[in-house]
Amino acid sequence: MFKIIKYSFYDLMRSRWSYIYFAFYLLLGFVLLFLNNSVSKAVITLMNVIIVLTPLIGTIFGVMFYYNSREFTELLLAQPLKRSTIFVGQYFGLAISLSLSLAFGLGIPFIVYGAFESSVIWNFSLLILVGVFLSFIFVALAFNIALSNENRIKGFGIAILMWLLLAVIYDGAFLISLMVFDDYPLDKFSLITSMLNPIDLSRILILLKLDISALLGYTGAVFQQFFGTSLGIISSLIVLSLWVVFPILRIVYKSKKKDF
Amino acid sequence: MINIKKLNKKFGKVEVLKDLDLAITKGGIFAILGPNGSGKTTLIKSILGMVIPDSGDILLNGKSVLKKWDYRNKITYLPQIANFPGNLTVIELIEMIKNLRNCATTENELIDLFGMRSFLDKKLVNLSGGTKQKVNLILTFMFDSELIILDEPTSGLDPVALIHLKKIFQTEKDKGKTILITTHIMSLVEEISDEIVFLLDGKIYFKGTVQALKTQTNQTNIEHAIAHLLTEENV
Repeated sequence: MFKIIKYSFYDLMRSRWSYIYFAFYLLLGFVLLFLNNSVSKAVITLMNVIIVLTPLIGTIFGVMFYYNSREFTELLLAQPLKRSTIFVGQYFGLAISLSLSLAFGLGIPFIVYGAFESSVIWNFSLLILVGVFLSFIFVALAFNIALSNENRIKGFGIAILMWLLLAVIYDGAFLISLMVFDDYPLDKFSLITSMLNPIDLSRILILLKLDISALLGYTGAVFQQFFGTSLGIISSLIVLSLWVVFPILRIVYKSKKKDF
Repeated sequence: MINIKKLNKKFGKVEVLKDLDLAITKGGIFAILGPNGSGKTTLIKSILGMVIPDSGDILLNGKSVLKKWDYRNKITYLPQIANFPGNLTVIELIEMIKNLRNCATTENELIDLFGMRSFLDKKLVNLSGGTKQKVNLILTFMFDSELIILDEPTSGLDPVALIHLKKIFQTEKDKGKTILITTHIMSLVEEISDEIVFLLDGKIYFKGTVQALKTQTNQTNIEHAIAHLLTEENV
């Protein structure tokens, strides 16, 4: 497994997209930190970018990487390697490389700015952690879609739709349902619904950490009550981990049954 | 050595292999022949575990290979279409496969034999079809495995490389190895193969020596003998 991770990682390190992705975060980090007066505001803006962008990039890279490395995969399949080793190895190679681009791209500006001496460091770390989680989740989901769809165009379309659904449409549907069922107690409902979507969950986690949950109104208070406690934080991290674990399990399961 | 029992495989509604039985007990060169779509590649890929059969069993040295992976240490495979990760150079690819297998290799002799020394630092994406096929051959023959499976090994090769390839076949055979080849080039079959396995509609239609095939069909030319087999089926 380690060798496959290494080779996939090397392969990606040579592609210029990894550098573009890294450079983008680097630039974004510098611009936001040095043009914004307050680090907290920069963190909020970064959060908005990360929460939409990491899933999108994870999805696109995941699908593209899977389809592009098809020949490499076939070469590996004829070698004495377990199937799960090949696919999970490739998955980790990609997810780690994307996470490193994110962590270094944003980490360097923060270090240069001197954020390590302020209390913002915890907010910032949470931001990176959430970004890493989202990268791992969406690369895994993208791999699942690509494994199930032989047709590249179809696979790509479904992957983008999935991103759109989780990043945009889910929120819309959630808000509409809150309006429609206004007369009912909705705290449990909204709590569970936001736990089910990794993007929503990440957003709420960061907002609560930044202590601006007042912006969320009544539901915010409910969230604060739940997520503010260590139980809340632990359970959200568990849910995020499940979002990584289940897609990986499905990658293992699917890859065992597939013909090449 | 290889024992295939009642192998079935469907792709959607198309039955590619139907209750296929095949036993290869000794070393030598076995040519797997058959018209396009007769299931040659599916059979090969089933042995390799790349295609998962619906039912049946494949035994290698008496042990079932289905759902296993370490048996592939004993097999090398030359795929039909030589597509490699383009970002790597030739030498990096060779090193990588060596590293994955972790056993003794003879790549240097092969690199010189096929005149590939000057290509070692070139990226695979920039190589011509024939040159890629040579890389493919180096990757296949650099290991010392008891079973060698070749899917269309001659495609794109120049005559000089072809002569070298035939010599390799001979030396590997003399070492007592089993070589499975699919090809559409009948002259090659006649020249090198010990036995023919003729596949038609997912079944073994004929298995025996070239001479036996000729006698059975009353033909002197192997191409005609094969054609005869096919028309016999149609009558």
